[in-house]
Amino acid sequence: MTRARWIANVVAVTAAAVTFFPIYWMILSAFKPASEIQSLNVRPWTFAPTLEHFQRVLGGENFGRYFLNSLGVALAVVLLSALVAFLAAVAVTRFKFRMRTTVLIMFLIAQMVPIEALTIPLFFLVRDLGAVVPGVGLNTLGSLVLVHLAFSLPFAIWMMRGFVAAVPEALEEAAMIDGASRPVILWRILFPLVAPGLVATSVFSFITAWNDFIFARTFIISAKDNQTLPSALLVFFKPDEMDWGGIMAGSTLMTIPVLVFFIAVQRRLIGGLGGAVKD
Amino acid sequence: MTTALKAPADRRDPVRRGGTARPRRARGALRPWIYLLPAAAVLLPLFGYPIYMLGLLSVFDYRQAQVSGGEPTSFIGFENYATLFGDEKFWSVLAATVAFAAVLVVATLAVGAALAVVLTRAGRVPRLLLSLAAMAAWAAPSMTGSTVWMFLFDSDLGLVNQVLGIEGYNWFYDQWVTFGIVGATVVWHSFPFVMVTLYAGIQAIPGHVLEAAALDGASAWQTFWRVIVPMLRPLITIVVIQSIIWDFKIFTQIYVMTNGGGIAGQNLVLNVYAFQTAFGSSEYGLGSAIGVIMTLILLVVTLFYIRALYRSGEKL
Repeated sequence: MTRARWIANVVAVTAAAVTFFPIYWMILSAFKPASEIQSLNVRPWTFAPTLEHFQRVLGGENFGRYFLNSLGVALAVVLLSALVAFLAAVAVTRFKFRMRTTVLIMFLIAQMVPIEALTIPLFFLVRDLGAVVPGVGLNTLGSLVLVHLAFSLPFAIWMMRGFVAAVPEALEEAAMIDGASRPVILWRILFPLVAPGLVATSVFSFITAWNDFIFARTFIISAKDNQTLPSALLVFFKPDEMDWGGIMAGSTLMTIPVLVFFIAVQRRLIGGLGGAVKD
Repeated sequence: MTTALKAPADRRDPVRRGGTARPRRARGALRPWIYLLPAAAVLLPLFGYPIYMLGLLSVFDYRQAQVSGGEPTSFIGFENYATLFGDEKFWSVLAATVAFAAVLVVATLAVGAALAVVLTRAGRVPRLLLSLAAMAAWAAPSMTGSTVWMFLFDSDLGLVNQVLGIEGYNWFYDQWVTFGIVGATVVWHSFPFVMVTLYAGIQAIPGHVLEAAALDGASAWQTFWRVIVPMLRPLITIVVIQSIIWDFKIFTQIYVMTNGGGIAGQNLVLNVYAFQTAFGSSEYGLGSAIGVIMTLILLVVTLFYIRALYRSGEKL
């Protein structure tokens, strides 16, 4: 082993340990008994793992309900955005039409808009919308599905575009010669072929919806039952005595689903990002 | 007669449609628009219209009294902007935002690029470990990343203070120390994207180029600056601009870790400032004006991004 390789290995392992440490600390603290968290003699392990924080979090503060709310919103966003993004990606890769480039650049520009600033107009929009369609007004989970769908779409379309373009057109042409109709080609041939890309894209839509707390905080004002995880986590923030055990248990519950999702599709993710960044 | 027969056959152009990657000419010019319809149905009312409304609100006097209907809304032209430009606070927040973003971009790039190079030289197991750890940091929601880093730097029970033996030291008191901790959290979240993208780029450099450099006696440092960086310039440009866009609109970490902008708003960045002005002080018109200024700044950055994409050979 050369010296360069040896140094690279040491740096890589050290960087891995440092990078993973906060996550390890979060999970460890979630399982540590309260007495050990309070103790001034901090140790990076525990011999008495406990579920007390999870029980308190899931039971007392209605966290289970918020978890399901977050999951429901995120899954609805994933399904809708996958369908809509797939169709739009087909439109911009498989057809040549006037304003095609303009449409593409609009999707690109939409990705840079500071969406937090849009909470201001969206607050009034959702308020007025609620008067007409009660299911998507303030305090509803429907309003969250709508805004997250809108904010995840531009990136989802941009990323799907790479996956659709990677499918050889010859396949569709062969099917067309065999007499298959447009819908059949679209849903029976193209859709299954880009499904892996669709999964990778979905991870990002899922994360957009799952991580959000600014819209949940702005739209869900009085309906406590419709709160989602991130803003529910803030319940444990008390100025003088932070309930770190509870916060870490809640954070762990919030991180694990994304982590599993992310690592499961990581290979495709990198391929897809390559497609999204550079063809 | 012959021409009349030939014309329709030409239009279908069977030869040119064979196998090439060129988008085919739609038989019905409407079809792509039908496929775009669902996207438009979502994006126009929920993305386009709010942007228009943000601009509109920014030229109105729109505060709590107008929201509740107590006073009529009145058009005030650019008065909100004049208020902002005459306000020292706005300029200091703008300066802090730009400085904070600049430092974050440099730090993210340095860490990401250095580790990308390390990945190319490390053995299989260390490489796998670093990739997985980076994936975990990348995937962690910004909300939970913020809570964990807050816990690590907590003044009483935080690990850092206990290890350093400086119990009671409050890391979230001084403006720049606070920015430092929040910045570390942001870099922890964002370096994996840079690392993974640049690693993929380095892998795509033909092996013989790097071998030639090694044969000519180039050190690792020289190889990086003289060979890898020039070859990856388009990719690096894209990563830099993406980072600028992200770091300029940091929101969650600041909002959560500094409890909405720090002591007396000393850790505000534009995005949080706009939100607080609107929902904290009920100055919706003024908050919208800040949002518009941010959007315009980001628009300029995005134009550079689009140019970089074109230059890198992206087919739009």
